[in-house]
Amino acid sequence: MYKYDQYDQSIVDTRVAEFRDQVERRLSGALSEDQFKPLRLMNGLYLQLHAYMLRVAVPYGTLDSRQMRMLGHIARKYDRGYGHFTTRQNIQYNWIKLEDAPDILAELATVEMHAIQTSGNCIRNISSDQFAGAAADEVTDPRPWAELLRQWSSFHPEFSYLPRKFKIAVIASAQDRAAMRLHDIGIEIVDRDGEHGARIFVGGGMGRTPMIAPEIRDFVPLADLLSYLEACLRVYNRHGRRDNIYKARIKILIHEIGADAYRDQVEAEFTQVKALGIDPPQAEFDRIAAFFAPPPFDVSASDVLDRSDPDFAVWLDQNVSAHKVPGYAVATISLKPVGGIPGDATAEQIDVMADLAERYSFDECRVTHAQNIVLPHVCKSDLHAVWSALSDAGLAEANLDLISDIIACPGLDYCSLANARSIPVAQKIATRFADLGRQRELGELKLKISGCINACGHHHAGHIGILGVDKKGTENYQLSLGGSGAEDVSLAKITGPGFDEDGVVDAVEKVTDCYLSLREDGERFVDTYRRVGMEPFKAVLYG
Amino acid sequence: MKILTGNDLRSGDVVWWTGARWSRHVEDAFDVGENGERIAREEEAARRVNVPYVIDAVATPEGPRPAHIKDRVRALGPTVRIDLTLKPADPAAGSWVI
Repeated sequence: MYKYDQYDQSIVDTRVAEFRDQVERRLSGALSEDQFKPLRLMNGLYLQLHAYMLRVAVPYGTLDSRQMRMLGHIARKYDRGYGHFTTRQNIQYNWIKLEDAPDILAELATVEMHAIQTSGNCIRNISSDQFAGAAADEVTDPRPWAELLRQWSSFHPEFSYLPRKFKIAVIASAQDRAAMRLHDIGIEIVDRDGEHGARIFVGGGMGRTPMIAPEIRDFVPLADLLSYLEACLRVYNRHGRRDNIYKARIKILIHEIGADAYRDQVEAEFTQVKALGIDPPQAEFDRIAAFFAPPPFDVSASDVLDRSDPDFAVWLDQNVSAHKVPGYAVATISLKPVGGIPGDATAEQIDVMADLAERYSFDECRVTHAQNIVLPHVCKSDLHAVWSALSDAGLAEANLDLISDIIACPGLDYCSLANARSIPVAQKIATRFADLGRQRELGELKLKISGCINACGHHHAGHIGILGVDKKGTENYQLSLGGSGAEDVSLAKITGPGFDEDGVVDAVEKVTDCYLSLREDGERFVDTYRRVGMEPFKAVLYG
Repeated sequence: MKILTGNDLRSGDVVWWTGARWSRHVEDAFDVGENGERIAREEEAARRVNVPYVIDAVATPEGPRPAHIKDRVRALGPTVRIDLTLKPADPAAGSWVI
């Protein structure tokens, strides 16, 4: 875990004091809402459908138990007893009072947390692989690089007012658990003949114009990474559209001028930037990397697991992943109970997860982009105790990557941008497929729901995607098939006319039944779709 | 009918103009006719409300109901957490929202 130095702490504390003064001036009338709005957004404070919403940054999704407990404390003291974990690996609170916001930020600052750059046209929270440091397939731990990018991008004077918000993901495994190519910049750290470098993908994203990021460089030596990214951002900052919000993202720029032309400009800029010497000396990177040193694993830990409890065995099979150290495992806590709200956790559940991280996972947990929580380093002999505690807290749903492990944005129940509700659709689908045996029969099936075209629910990347739209004042749901945010990245295609709320649940069932009738051995839903195409599914949906 | 809504500046609560003050209950909303924009400007300037705006509504025996689903959700609270709405004791409270 990275720990703030005096500069980090001073910056965050100063920002809290600054925002406290800004809130006081707003409440006194010295600032109008028009003047205050950009200031509150710089501190992650939105005005949503029912109240102020505060989005708290969780850099690359990594938390220790002290920070996790603080999130529970904020939920309990300042909100209505729960928080919502988001696809940006952050957490947001839905019922914040403006007058409390400075106190909340002050409390967060005591555990090295803040809400800076969780909004605005700046480089947002850097996201990463939730299995970082634990994954058996990683080249290296990507988090020191993510932390370096956090330090580089926070308050970057040149990139604080970009044409639009900007999102970067860093991974270091061939298996993409961070939807890397659906970011403005995706970075995959690779090993080439013993040297680590970065493949750079630029111009991905979802929203109203979904794009898969093309590769811009197949290898950037890591010693040059900041300079190269600085060049990428400079070209975007220079040419990105500021006159049209719908054409302002870097994906549109690259689509308009072409990846080759963009690359040529970046390479020319890189030559200039590299000479400025902004890349850190090795000693500074080593200082950062030292915070992410592996915990003191017990090298004698046993690999033997007692699977005699059938419910525990199902959870092991579904929610527990391989760890790079023998005797350890990665446990994913599903925040998707059947009938629940995807990503929501009560203050008490947050406390339980903090306790488990402290006791069983070297004081670490992670937020995933799929709105779940990971305990990255659990001794296999402790897994049953972890599962038992999760069961007692209502957190032991064994549905990771199954049809009920749904990503859903807050939708019209909370969000002022949404046109339709997402959560009730997620609840109804999860309830329809509640039988875990049926879910496991379907196998890996990533279902993602957005309540508006902005695609916070990642519907474009769903094996099955659902987009809620407003159709003459009523909610309507478009179904799409064939998307993926993983290493086999693809964008889903719309099946045809939309459905009402119950109709789309029926439609999902027809699609899954069709898949079961068509699949060949070993195929996931998305594999079958790719083999047979859209037509068989359209036939069962529309006759 | 047209009614005026906004958020309380300090708490963020959704509020409705009653003709004399702001209420958290849409049932109290008052038909502002053509005066909504003027009232909104005055109330915002007095810092009694944040981001006020006029919406269409329908008069019912139970009181005004916003015409659009988004404002009906605003009026009640999230449809998926009746326990967090303004009428947590009434499981049928959301029947008019959808």
